[in-house]
Amino acid sequence: MPGTTPILEADRLVKTFGTSTALDGLSFTLAESESLGLLGVNGAGKTTAMNLLLGLTTPTSGTIRIFGLDLWKHRIEILRQVNFSSAYTALPSNLLVWQNLNVFAKLYGVARPKQRIEELLELLDITHLRKSVTGTLSAGESTRVNLAKALLNKPRLLLLDEPTASLDPDIADRVRKLLRKLQHENGLSILYTSHNMRDIHEVCDRLIFLHGGKVLAEGTPDHIAEKFNRSSLEDLFIGVARGEVDAIGLK
Amino acid sequence: MPFSINTVHALVLRYLYLYTRHPVRLVELVFWPLVDLLVWGFLTTYLQRHGAGDFPSSISFLIGGMILWDVLFRSQQGVAISFLEDVWTRNLLNVFVAPVRTAEYVGATCVVGLLRVGVTLVILTLVAALAYQFHLTSLGLGLLPFLGNLILFGWFLGMISTALIMRYGQAAESLAWAIPFFIQPLAAVFYPVSVLPSWLQPIALTLPCTPIFEGMRTVLSGHPVPWANVQSALVLNLVWGTLAALFFAANLRYVRKSGLLVKVATQ
Ligand SMILES: Nc1ncnc2c1ncn2[C@@H]1O[C@H](COP(=O)(O)OP(=O)(O)OP(=O)(O)O)[C@@H](O)[C@H]1O
Ligand SMILES: [Mg+2]
Repeated sequence: MPGTTPILEADRLVKTFGTSTALDGLSFTLAESESLGLLGVNGAGKTTAMNLLLGLTTPTSGTIRIFGLDLWKHRIEILRQVNFSSAYTALPSNLLVWQNLNVFAKLYGVARPKQRIEELLELLDITHLRKSVTGTLSAGESTRVNLAKALLNKPRLLLLDEPTASLDPDIADRVRKLLRKLQHENGLSILYTSHNMRDIHEVCDRLIFLHGGKVLAEGTPDHIAEKFNRSSLEDLFIGVARGEVDAIGLK
Repeated sequence: MPFSINTVHALVLRYLYLYTRHPVRLVELVFWPLVDLLVWGFLTTYLQRHGAGDFPSSISFLIGGMILWDVLFRSQQGVAISFLEDVWTRNLLNVFVAPVRTAEYVGATCVVGLLRVGVTLVILTLVAALAYQFHLTSLGLGLLPFLGNLILFGWFLGMISTALIMRYGQAAESLAWAIPFFIQPLAAVFYPVSVLPSWLQPIALTLPCTPIFEGMRTVLSGHPVPWANVQSALVLNLVWGTLAALFFAANLRYVRKSGLLVKVATQ
């Protein structure tokens, strides 16, 4: 049964960079075993929100609680049970895949690192890459190695910033199914951003549509499109991007 | 402050993997110091032949100064380059979202600094002894406290370099190499502080390495270890260490606030 305390609570997060406002009072919660998608046009504030939640950036105002604890008071304790993967980070290119995973297994204090690494390599279908040099992998292969790193510590909360950006349809499909499986079997909570509507439909139970750092709409994928009289999420997305939806949305 | 040795170990492991997979990276630890040693070694041999008076002891001044300077420099480099390595490989965010305390991260880079100093020191000591009959052990009991203070100061300069690179991005990368040389003219590496113009001397004396280089010359001239110099170096290191830690923490706060941490990590 999902606990009563949300896994993640963001309360009125504001982030300004100089005079520009990247997040303008973002509040949401994420329940145990729930998967929440952050959707929005380029520059909507998705990555900024992720960075705040990971403690990489400090908010201008607002609070973040993860597992019921204040992020900035219990950062290390929280990060032990969180993990992250994105299209714009990489593992050191000059090490072998298993070496990189071993370093992070130790950083996260994984109990039987060797066994856990083998398990994940198998799960992501990259056992054959164990001894490859990380820098020589194809984009899709290295995305899967990054995902393996993100799962090493059996996180309770997983933050994924465009994780399927470079995967082929087959692998992307497998990754989505894997995430779903972990969510249902292990109670993993996921915060997800993607520009791929298929991803969003298949992975996310609930969506937050961000625009200009504000929540434009919140709900299930179908519900959101419907609310704006759009035939699909994709259609809504294009509407927002071209400024056709904004006015209705903010009303 | 809680501090986990396991975390430091894991971070150091990454550099051990790197150096064992790419032994060519160790070349810089051997090549540059050797070139330096040869230049200073032959220069002093030349001075000895053509100079007058008590030149033999100045031979050891120059070679000793060069070796001890390299200890300081490699220690600083270990810290700064370990950080840069994470920037270059876009790994920094992975480390910063892992349960790693700042002190553990900095601690790991210091250990790498120590390892780098170790490699260079072994090689320089051997070559100096074989080629120029200079024995580092002639520093006697002063050797360990001298080295210790230089390594400490190297760490602190490394932390300052790292903080600046975090803040000013890859454009400031060359600081990793330049910072030690900013202070070298004042550090009395190859000549005594008394050579400096009088207005520069007080500034020189704020550097923890200055009393060490002065102390080295004292010992090499046949005097006992000037423990007062070791003591002032320690006190100055305490001050520099505190300031470097505060500077690092302030910069980290600033780059978290301005978003520059993410920027330097993903550029
Ligand atoms: N360090 C920073 N300094 C200044 N402005 C920033 C910084 N980081 C983000 N921004 C600005 O904040 C806004 C939100 O950016 P963010 O990266 O969160 O968007 P996003 O929703 O992730 O977009 P994308 O879909 O392109 O990844 C943008 O206007 C961006 O220019
Ligand atoms: Mg983004």
